[in-house]
Amino acid sequence: MSVVTETDAASAGVRVRPSLWGDVGRWAAALLVLGLLALLGWGLVQAANGPRDSGMAPDFILTGFDGQMVTLSQLRGQVVIINFWASWCPPCREEAAYLEQTWRKYQNRGVVFIGVDWVDTEKEALAYIAEFDITYLNGPDLGTRIAQAYRIQGVPETFYVDKTGRLRGVHIGPLKPPELDNKIEELLNEPL
Amino acid sequence: MLYDLGYFALLISFVLALYAAGAAVFGAQSGRAQFVESARNAALLVFPLLALAVLIVIYGLVTLDFTLAYVADVSSRSMSTFLRLTALWGGQAGSVLFWGWMMSGFAAAVLIRKWQRDRELMPYVIFVTMGTLAFFVGLSAFITNPFARVWHDPATGELITAVFQPTGMMAYVPLDGQGLNPLLRHFGMIGHPPTTYIGFTGFVIPYAFAIAALITGKAGEDEWIRTTRRWTLVAWLFLTIGLVLGGRWAYDVLGWGGYWGWDPVENAMLMPWLTGTAFLHSVMIQEKRGMLKMWNVVLIILTYSLSLFGTFITRTGVISSVHAFSKSAMGPAFLVFVAVTFLGSLLLMFKRLNTLKAEHELDSLLSRESAFVLQNLLFLGITFAVFWGTTFPMISELVTGTKITVGPPFFKKVTGPLFAALVLLMGIAPLFAWRKQAAAKLGKSLLVPFCGSIVITFAAAIPHWQPHPYPLALLGLWLVSFVALTTLMEFWRGARARMHSQGENFLAALSHLLSRNRRRYGGYIIHLGVVMMALGVVGDEFFKAETQGTIGVGQSLAVENYTLTFENVRQYSGSDGREIVEATANLYRDGEFITTLQPRRDYFIAQQQPVTVPAVYSTPGADVYVLLVGWEAIGWNASTFKIYVNPLINWVWAGGLTFIIGTLIAAWTSLDEKRTASYVLRPATASQIAYVGKP
Amino acid sequence: MPRRLLLFLLTLAASFFAAAGVYAQEGYPTDDDVNQVAKQLYCPVCPNTPLDVCETKACQDWRAQIKDQLSAGWTDEQVIQYFVAQYGERVLAEPRRSGFTSFVWLLPVLAVAIGLVIVVQVLRGWKARRVAPVIRADSAPPADIPPEVLKRLEEELRRVS
Repeated sequence: MSVVTETDAASAGVRVRPSLWGDVGRWAAALLVLGLLALLGWGLVQAANGPRDSGMAPDFILTGFDGQMVTLSQLRGQVVIINFWASWCPPCREEAAYLEQTWRKYQNRGVVFIGVDWVDTEKEALAYIAEFDITYLNGPDLGTRIAQAYRIQGVPETFYVDKTGRLRGVHIGPLKPPELDNKIEELLNEPL
Repeated sequence: MLYDLGYFALLISFVLALYAAGAAVFGAQSGRAQFVESARNAALLVFPLLALAVLIVIYGLVTLDFTLAYVADVSSRSMSTFLRLTALWGGQAGSVLFWGWMMSGFAAAVLIRKWQRDRELMPYVIFVTMGTLAFFVGLSAFITNPFARVWHDPATGELITAVFQPTGMMAYVPLDGQGLNPLLRHFGMIGHPPTTYIGFTGFVIPYAFAIAALITGKAGEDEWIRTTRRWTLVAWLFLTIGLVLGGRWAYDVLGWGGYWGWDPVENAMLMPWLTGTAFLHSVMIQEKRGMLKMWNVVLIILTYSLSLFGTFITRTGVISSVHAFSKSAMGPAFLVFVAVTFLGSLLLMFKRLNTLKAEHELDSLLSRESAFVLQNLLFLGITFAVFWGTTFPMISELVTGTKITVGPPFFKKVTGPLFAALVLLMGIAPLFAWRKQAAAKLGKSLLVPFCGSIVITFAAAIPHWQPHPYPLALLGLWLVSFVALTTLMEFWRGARARMHSQGENFLAALSHLLSRNRRRYGGYIIHLGVVMMALGVVGDEFFKAETQGTIGVGQSLAVENYTLTFENVRQYSGSDGREIVEATANLYRDGEFITTLQPRRDYFIAQQQPVTVPAVYSTPGADVYVLLVGWEAIGWNASTFKIYVNPLINWVWAGGLTFIIGTLIAAWTSLDEKRTASYVLRPATASQIAYVGKP
Repeated sequence: MPRRLLLFLLTLAASFFAAAGVYAQEGYPTDDDVNQVAKQLYCPVCPNTPLDVCETKACQDWRAQIKDQLSAGWTDEQVIQYFVAQYGERVLAEPRRSGFTSFVWLLPVLAVAIGLVIVVQVLRGWKARRVAPVIRADSAPPADIPPEVLKRLEEELRRVS
């Protein structure tokens, strides 16, 4: 923009202004600064945002390590517990047994457990699953898309989705009994 | 009791700073000198008050008084007294307080030294410095307070941090503190953070002068720029020291044989340094030819703004970084302050810019003036590239939703050529005359260095090492040798001239050169330092070699012409809560034994954090940098080592030292008030008159 | 007889190939080969840390995975593509030169180019405004110095500069 102006002016024989800031320059500078401030403001909001804990749960399709696929939106009518974990994460190990135990307790009562493996290696993940004898669906979060949609800050994090598909809260850190049981009971007792 | 005193010192400082800012402007606008005097006194008082607060925090840190949340956070029983002192700036609250204290120190120094000289500017200098200081002290007082304590709610078991006791809660004193992050427990902690903070905060003074000059309409005159130049030099010197120390510390501690990671916080330090360097050069044109006055104002404001931007992204964590402080609530307040500063400066510049149209005249495109302008372009280009690369991940995430990483490969590829061009310009520009440089004469002066550099390049390129990419490595070597020769030639020509005219011998001529022309030859020493650093960078970038492997006891790992033989490995406990696994290995070069190295891995049990301590064998030619990467927990038979060979890396540190020495020599002149200026000052019209309102 | 000979020859051939297979695996992939690939990647979890220097357990797992993939015959490029598919684009140390990310490369080049044009225009403008060589107050030689001295002065100056 300013390049064209100054070149035209120079070739037209008009005296080029000695100052580097033409009118266009001023507008450009002002816009740039405002843009930067807006960007920083957005960045602050992003940084301050915790994990998503309300509104409709972002939909996703997860392909498990065993090849099975699950689509979140097709699970309406059931309570869904989404747990983000990784094999290299020590606190995840603390809750792994409790999660599996709770799954077995509720699996025929309209509750679905989904384990999302966040930035992990397949070999270690399968070893982890074998170690804790986990039977609910677990799959890798390809491209970390699901993790970004849920805005997780780390692992482990567990999200609660009710029967209508709405997010009802998030638990950051390992779950201890009877926290998960209580939450599931609360969501199960709600009417559809 | 003591901590309440500290807290009140903070509060009073905040009020005084606000008062000083307001009274100064009011006094200047209404022409009442007594308000400005009062503002000055208030501003001077802030420094000792903040010093008191700092001393109280240090006392708490050293005596391990865990009633303070900050002490419990950064200090611990396992830390030495030295480390406890450095913990002052080890966490957010302490470093913000330290920042405010440094800034108040600079303000006080200016108000004492310059009070009689720049009387018209002083009220607005107070306004800007005290306004900024009020913000940072306000952060300390209200958002991230070092005197906050930990309180315990007996009902819920929750712990919260607050200055005064919330109802229903009891004081909670932990048995031991967390202690500094293990990576910070290093000698570098005494040097790098304080010098960096002094550098950053120091820039507020030239900024305040620039704003004051703009407000009073005096930006076109020379007086303020002379003051500004000196204070910029001081701040810039400290920032330079901070950068070099930071690089050295990273090299020692981070365990990847690297000294610059292009991390956002590192970039945040580099950008104001780049524009500051551009300013220090470009101000020479203003002194010599009266040109680029407005551009210099822009540069100073840009330098301070980048410094503020840098500290913003460091402390608020908008851009993820390995250096980030733990999150705090200061984000929104900080953003507002940054917005006010940026927009305010911008509006002022727009208003006053047209008062500064100087009559610029250029005799020839081949002249020192054009060289300086080109140099400014290069510095600004590098600054933009760094800025863009640092903020682009945020922009990308905003626009496309995907997170990307902009890492060293980008920065090296984009800024590399620009830096190379800058170094080249640095070598030949001193040979350019002011106004007009005859091309033929230039060619003649450059002939010897050019031929010499070609010879050196091919001589150095013969050895057995295979640099990659080969053409770039050759180019780098040529550039370094060429600029080294041209810079040394400056000394040679100057000394020779003295030898001819004064009949001195070479050494006497050299020393007289330095003492009579400190600024010029100090500057050339700085350039020599740059060349030395460039040599180190070229060696490390293009000729680096590395290898990693697992070897059993008695076996060897080889890289280039070095061999490392594994002797044994053992484990023991350190004195400050760490478990150490240490390997012993022998280093050979071309089959001959050189030394025994002991790389180790320390594990800090409390923080559950490992720290790799490399074993380094240093020579001017190269560093052999050995890391213990892995070992067998059972049997201790095989260990995994990583060996880096970093050629010429020590030239970076030697160059850095030369750079700093050169700056001190050059600065010596500037601090000498009695020296005659190279231009004529306007006769003092305002010195006896009381403060006038805005013209 | 010929069948036994054939069987013997086949066994010999088979063991030769087996040995060749073992020989191929013995050297490759070395830690250096793994680091060569890991150098181009960033740790997906830790901020701004290249994968070849990161010391966490997760990074060790990733390097082990790279080793497995390389020994299975994957090329460096394939391993990198796998990482991008699994963990997203931020795992690349160098930003892509396609799509929106290309702007990160484009803008600095553009900025320097535009800057250069502006600088040349400004310098030309300064040069154009240079008035005819009028002796101005600050460049006039003081009147009380004899011309021979002045001439010698100028000569000396020329020689030294």
